[in-house]
Amino acid sequence: MSGLITAIIILLTCQLAGEVIVLWLDLPFPGPVLGMLILFGALLIRGGVPEHLRQTSHTLLGHLALLFVPAGVGLMVHFGLVAQDWLPILLGLVVSTTLALGVTMLLLSRLIWLRSRRAEDG
Amino acid sequence: MPKMGDEITDIWAFLAASPLLWLTMTLVVFQGSLWINRRLGGSPVLHPVLISMGILITILLLTDTDYDTYFDGAQFIHFLLGPATVALAVPLYENRQQIRALLWPLLVSGLAGAATAALSAVMIAYLMGAEWVTLMSLAPKSVTSPIAMGVSEKLGGLPSLTAALVLLTGAIGCILAPGLIRLLRIRDDRVKGFAMGLSAHGFGTAQAFGISATAGAFAGLGLTLAGIMTAFLLPLAVNWLPTLMGG
Repeated sequence: MSGLITAIIILLTCQLAGEVIVLWLDLPFPGPVLGMLILFGALLIRGGVPEHLRQTSHTLLGHLALLFVPAGVGLMVHFGLVAQDWLPILLGLVVSTTLALGVTMLLLSRLIWLRSRRAEDG
Repeated sequence: MPKMGDEITDIWAFLAASPLLWLTMTLVVFQGSLWINRRLGGSPVLHPVLISMGILITILLLTDTDYDTYFDGAQFIHFLLGPATVALAVPLYENRQQIRALLWPLLVSGLAGAATAALSAVMIAYLMGAEWVTLMSLAPKSVTSPIAMGVSEKLGGLPSLTAALVLLTGAIGCILAPGLIRLLRIRDDRVKGFAMGLSAHGFGTAQAFGISATAGAFAGLGLTLAGIMTAFLLPLAVNWLPTLMGG
C-alpha cells in the first residue's frame, strides 16, 4: 500500500515540477508532457522502473479511456460549433488520418529497408 | 407536512448539486458502456467512450443539468489525465532498446507522420471555411487525449471539443488502417504498429496489440513520440500558420 502512495507521489511530483517550470519559463507546451520527460530522464539515470511505479502506471494507462469521458461530455457545450463545422471536421479527420497512416508506413518501411541494405553492404 | 413529490424534488435538488452524483454516474455509465461495447463485438465505431458521452449528454439534457454542475463531480476523474500523461514515461522507458536501435528512422517518419496529420487536417478544415477555434481544436487530434487537450488549451482551442475529435480520429484510424496496410503491402509489424499508434493513439495501439505484441509495443512508441512532438512543435508551428495561410 505504501508502494502505491510512493508511486502516486512520484507521478504527482513530476507533474508538479513540469507545471511549475512551464509557468515559470512561459513554455508553449503542457506541463504534464514536461513532467513525463522529467520522469523518463529520472528512470534513465536510475536505470530501472520501481515495481510499484510500473504497476501504478500500467493501471492508470490501462484505464485511460475512462479519463476522457468528463471532457468528452463537454461536447454538449459546443453543439453549435459542431453543427456549423461538421463537414470540414469530418473530412479533415478522414483525409488527414489516411495521409498520416500512409506517409508514416511508407517512410518507415523505406528507411528500415535502406538501413538493412546498408548493413548488408557494409 | 411535505408531500411525497416534494421530498423527491428535495432529494434530487441535493443530489444534483453534489459532486457525488455525477462522479458515480460517470463511473456507472462507463462500466455500462464497456458492457454494451463488448456485446456489440468490441467495434471501434461504438467505442465505450463514445457510448458514455452519448448516454451522459442525454441524461444531462433530460435532467436540465448544465455542464459546470456535471464537471464539479467528474473533475475528479478528469484530474487523472495529468498523472496519466506523466505515466507514459514508463512504457517509453521499457521500450528504450527498440527505440535506440531504430532511432533515426522512427524520428524521421514519426515527425513526417505527425506533421502530416496535424497540417492536412487544419488545411482541409480551413479551406472548407471552419472557424479558427475549430482549427485549433482540430490540430492536435491525432495524439493521445491528455496531451491533445493540453495542447488545444495552449493553442486557444476548446479542450472538450478536441477530446471528442481525438476519439473520432481513433475510431476512424482503426477503420482505415487494415485496408491501407493491405493496399500499401506493409508486412513489417513494427511499421504497422508504429503508424497506427502515431495516427490513432490509444485506439490504434489497442488494435495493434491484436496484430502482434511487437506491433503493440511499436504502437505505444508511435503514440508517445507523436504526443511529445506535437506538444513541443505544434504550438511553435501555429505561430507562423496565419502567415502561411495569408491571414
